Amino acid sequence: MMEKRTLTYLVLGAVLALCPLVLNPYWTDVLNNIGLYAALGLSLNLIVGHAGLFNLGHAAFYAVGAYTAAILNTMFHIPVLALLPLCALTAGIFALLVAKPIIHLRGDYLCIVTIGVGEIVRIALINNIFGITGGANGIFGISRPNLFGLVIRKPHEFFYLIWFFVAATAFFFHRLENSRFGRALNYLREDETAAEGSGIDTAHYKLMAFVIGAAWAGMVGNLYAAKMTIISPESFSFWESVLMFTLIILGGSGSIPGVLLGAFLVIGLPEVFRGFTNARMMVFGAAMIAMMIFRTGGILPAKPRRYILPGREEGQGGAA
Amino acid sequence: MEEFFQQLTNGLAVGGIYALIALGYTMVYGVLKLINFAHGDLFTIGSYLGLTLLTSLSLTDRLAPAAGVLVLAVMVMGLVAVVGALLERVAYRPLRQSPRLSAVVSALGASIFFSNALMLIYGARFQVYPQGILPKVAVNIFGLYVPLVRILILAASVVMMLALYFFIQKTRIGTAIRAAAIDQDAARLMGIDVDRVILFVFLIGPALGGVAGLMVGLHYGQINFTMGWVYGLKAFTAAILGGIGNIPGAMVGGILLGVIEALGAAYLSIAWKDAIAFGVLIIILIVRPTGLLGERVAEKV
Repeated sequence: MMEKRTLTYLVLGAVLALCPLVLNPYWTDVLNNIGLYAALGLSLNLIVGHAGLFNLGHAAFYAVGAYTAAILNTMFHIPVLALLPLCALTAGIFALLVAKPIIHLRGDYLCIVTIGVGEIVRIALINNIFGITGGANGIFGISRPNLFGLVIRKPHEFFYLIWFFVAATAFFFHRLENSRFGRALNYLREDETAAEGSGIDTAHYKLMAFVIGAAWAGMVGNLYAAKMTIISPESFSFWESVLMFTLIILGGSGSIPGVLLGAFLVIGLPEVFRGFTNARMMVFGAAMIAMMIFRTGGILPAKPRRYILPGREEGQGGAA
Repeated sequence: MEEFFQQLTNGLAVGGIYALIALGYTMVYGVLKLINFAHGDLFTIGSYLGLTLLTSLSLTDRLAPAAGVLVLAVMVMGLVAVVGALLERVAYRPLRQSPRLSAVVSALGASIFFSNALMLIYGARFQVYPQGILPKVAVNIFGLYVPLVRILILAASVVMMLALYFFIQKTRIGTAIRAAAIDQDAARLMGIDVDRVILFVFLIGPALGGVAGLMVGLHYGQINFTMGWVYGLKAFTAAILGGIGNIPGAMVGGILLGVIEALGAAYLSIAWKDAIAFGVLIIILIVRPTGLLGERVAEKV
């Protein structure tokens, strides 16, 4: 069973890797966008899907990463990709500062506050905060990423950079999911009181999930800045946060294949049906309602975990 | 002083609008413990329906302007109330027994659905209300000139809020709404039809939100399909500020937020106007999550 699934993913991955060879630059670029949103979705998935924290301001952390890359690259000419860790750091620190006082708020309140944070960040960027964000026009002239002497310029070159990053992201979050940390998050999402009773420091774990997710979004912001070479506040609006959130909910919150599928559906489908672009958000809105009523877990829901108790045969173990 | 007074009256008028919208949030929250994210979009629907009815029926020409606007307001309230009730039936009722967060996602979905449906119907551009329906005169109050529109808006919202307050306090169904807000199960045991209470809440809240949308259209003259979520968020902030679930709280919070925002925009920075409301929201939730007159919202970790 496990073998078959791995095989499916390998085949899908191989097909995807061959795509740029046959697709024109436009469609390759669509795949690049899907990749960026897939990575953003995976990072948000840790916060929403695993920790159960409703974050509708993820674009703020994405923006912090993108602006860190853009400012340091244009001012000090540091290569963009070398700034990846720093982007993660700034976004993570920002998330820590923002989330620390609000992490204890109940689900829907947290949701509202994150919307507020997202908006404040966007307004701050438009108002050219500290005089370094370039106001409503944003920052342009970010240099192309340079990988071991190879300047990445064309969409199909970016394709491999971005999807390598997505693969690394999926691997990282897959490992994290199955770690002690991931189990603790799932526990506190299902039953916070019981988790606390079992000695899990819920506030700490929630905060860590928030910070790791945000830091990862900061790195995606770096890639975005490198790909676009120009960034402006409108790229980090509330709707970006909604898109990331929607793709998780539709694909399957807490499930990595689900989030990847969600990215393809939410970002890719409107490109396939051009006339559908205007109606896409309306359809997604309706789909979110329908999904909650008929299939709460999303299209590819996360599988309930089974742990085999030591000393027992498989199949006899406890249900959870 | 002149400047301050103008900003104050402006803030009071805007605050009245916030308060009307906030009432819808607070009533739904009181009974269902759900943040109705689609409420801001019901407000937008109100302003678009108002525009359509205004231009297609030309009520203000057939009747006297004042009577025309009144009839228009009643029609908008009725229609938006129906939309609100439908929303509850389709998006929230099936999720009554589900985890809270499922209903929140459904509410977000409804919000996205409504705002984009409006965009598809009316187009993405700003729509303009016909001018000259409300008299553009200023009233002299103690030597200071205040536009009449502001006074009308504040007066209309205060009248509606008082009507709602007495409705909630004095009538049978109002008492049932209060009972269901305190404890749904106990209310049900006492023979209160909670489904009917929820239906009423989803008729009254959207009606008030819809009429607020009409007011914004008449006052500012232009409307857009995305405006609902900014107004919605601010009204929600107002509801939190006053204490969510608390009807007088929503009124006080709305008017207070309107004034804070107007004065902040005038004396701090106009560019940060929208950020002020969100800043207030975050500070309130951190410092005093119960709001000025409200119930407890934060869960201790």
